Amino acid sequence: MGSPSAPRANPRFAPTKNNFENELVFKVIMPLLEITNLSHNFGGLCALTKFSLEVKAGELVGLIGPNGAGKTTIFNLITGVFKVHEGVIKFQGQDITHWRSHRISSRGIARTFQNIRLFKELSVLDNVRLGAYARHAYSLLDAVGRSRNFRREEERQRQRAEALLARFNLSRYAGAPARNLPYGEQRRVEMARALISEPRLLLLDEPAAGMNQSETQELIRLILEIKEEFSLTIILIEHQMRVVQNLCQWVKVLDFGETIASGPPREIQQHPKVLAAYLGQDGALVEEEMENSASRSVIVGQ
Amino acid sequence: MVISEKRKKLLTWLGAVLLLVLSWLLPASGLLNPYVVQILMYLGINMILTLSLNLVNGYMGEFSVGHAGFMGIGAYAASIITVWFLPRAWAFWTFPAVLVAGGLAAAVAGLVVAFPSFRTRGDYLAIVTLAFNMIVKSVLENLEVVGGPRGFLGMPRLTNLFWVAAWVLITVMVLRRLVYSNFGRGITAIREDEVAANLTGVDTRRVKLYAFLVSAFFAGVAGGLFAHLLQFINPRSFSILKSTDMLVMVYLGGVGSLTGSLLGATIFTLLMEVLRPLGLWRWVVGPLLLVLLMIFRPQGIMGFKEWKWFKERAVSSEQ
Repeated sequence: MGSPSAPRANPRFAPTKNNFENELVFKVIMPLLEITNLSHNFGGLCALTKFSLEVKAGELVGLIGPNGAGKTTIFNLITGVFKVHEGVIKFQGQDITHWRSHRISSRGIARTFQNIRLFKELSVLDNVRLGAYARHAYSLLDAVGRSRNFRREEERQRQRAEALLARFNLSRYAGAPARNLPYGEQRRVEMARALISEPRLLLLDEPAAGMNQSETQELIRLILEIKEEFSLTIILIEHQMRVVQNLCQWVKVLDFGETIASGPPREIQQHPKVLAAYLGQDGALVEEEMENSASRSVIVGQ
Repeated sequence: MVISEKRKKLLTWLGAVLLLVLSWLLPASGLLNPYVVQILMYLGINMILTLSLNLVNGYMGEFSVGHAGFMGIGAYAASIITVWFLPRAWAFWTFPAVLVAGGLAAAVAGLVVAFPSFRTRGDYLAIVTLAFNMIVKSVLENLEVVGGPRGFLGMPRLTNLFWVAAWVLITVMVLRRLVYSNFGRGITAIREDEVAANLTGVDTRRVKLYAFLVSAFFAGVAGGLFAHLLQFINPRSFSILKSTDMLVMVYLGGVGSLTGSLLGATIFTLLMEVLRPLGLWRWVVGPLLLVLLMIFRPQGIMGFKEWKWFKERAVSSEQ
């Protein structure tokens, strides 16, 4: 009774690199990430209202706003930490709104955290290897029987992890428990862990938190480097205007869960609503400081 | 002196074979007195139990307090198969398969705990496991077909030191291979930070399911060995008290460590034998030990540390 039907592509993992045409369409026309009318509230408290965002491949978008503005909530909604009740999130044209985190991650979205969340007791190497969990698949029986497939995948995974550690100057820490590393190194481990999954979209949650000026400059350079090296699209949450200015082509400003402004960083700086909300009462003072910092730093973003 | 990976592997296999040969020859030759052999068998069973519980409590960081439930299901399942379904003459040869069947029965029961673990964790999951243990015990007590509270008997004494040693080796081997794979790292990552684990791509539900299944399986096998050693089981053997013993062995030896599990089981089993003259007071030792441990060394003797022989070796893709 059944007519031979063409094998359908697994919708979970389509489209992939072998589909060049699709790939091209996504790169040129379709936004990589498309968020429409995303809202979220915590027991009546509106954390986010009707947030929309389009990110094209290769862009570097900044999300700024004062504490509690809903920036991290957006990341948590994109990556499936929070359940989405209202709104749609599409990644490469595919609706990922209700996916579980690990699926979203293996689909190509990786992130770092505001307060570093490494697996503290595990070695640095294991931390990074865990990022590649979904990229090197073998079954439980493969693992218990130490099959050929297992050995091959383990070997590749280890090599890729070691290469990344070397790239981030972390090789000498490979065997050390992650908790023993200095703060800056932990940030880099987190980045390596995110990058080993070969993401297209990287979400960086306040990567410059707790860093001084020279460390921040270093970080800006690193972010731009990895963006090129791994051909990434990046969304960046940031507190410091300076970082955003130097990095982002497009900035969205949030306050109390609402988008109050959006545009290139230069324009955003002058936006009255932004000055009022983000910079608070002492707007004029901070504005001055911002201008100073702007004149000091070079605009690197294209 | 650095021993090459290849030689290490060879030595490990040789050691395992030697252990098996000794476990066969020593009791047969009569060089070991039967009492010592008996204790060694209990020791082996305790090792399997401790290793299996450590996977959930140590590596995954959950707190299962109902592990005796899995052991009980394995014990009853294996005994029922031996007594009801198999001719006496076969029993000796089918024993390994019967143990596996007991383990599988326990693994199926493991689902009862694994599914709640998707949504619940920590204290609440501990209560689920506690309830599970109580359910198993009261179901067994009320099932007249298997003897109810009087217990179940009729199994031949099939457990010998050889089988116990073989299963200890199998358990160590399987768990070691599991621990040093993506699944094992996933299990440990769940302990460290479940949300972050899920975000880095670990299918946390699947990993938890595997952990509970494997853990329950080996507890069930240990139950089967226990039943065919004692030749008599009753529901009280699988009460919370038994679970507590296992917890003591895990937390004494060290959480998240295979070496620790073996060590904990050894110390506890021998201590209980030495303290036999204390009579009833002996049962105070276990819980008391647990209290002291939690205060002075909550991670146990070998907590998160491993004897270097058990550590991960670089995998080679050739061969």
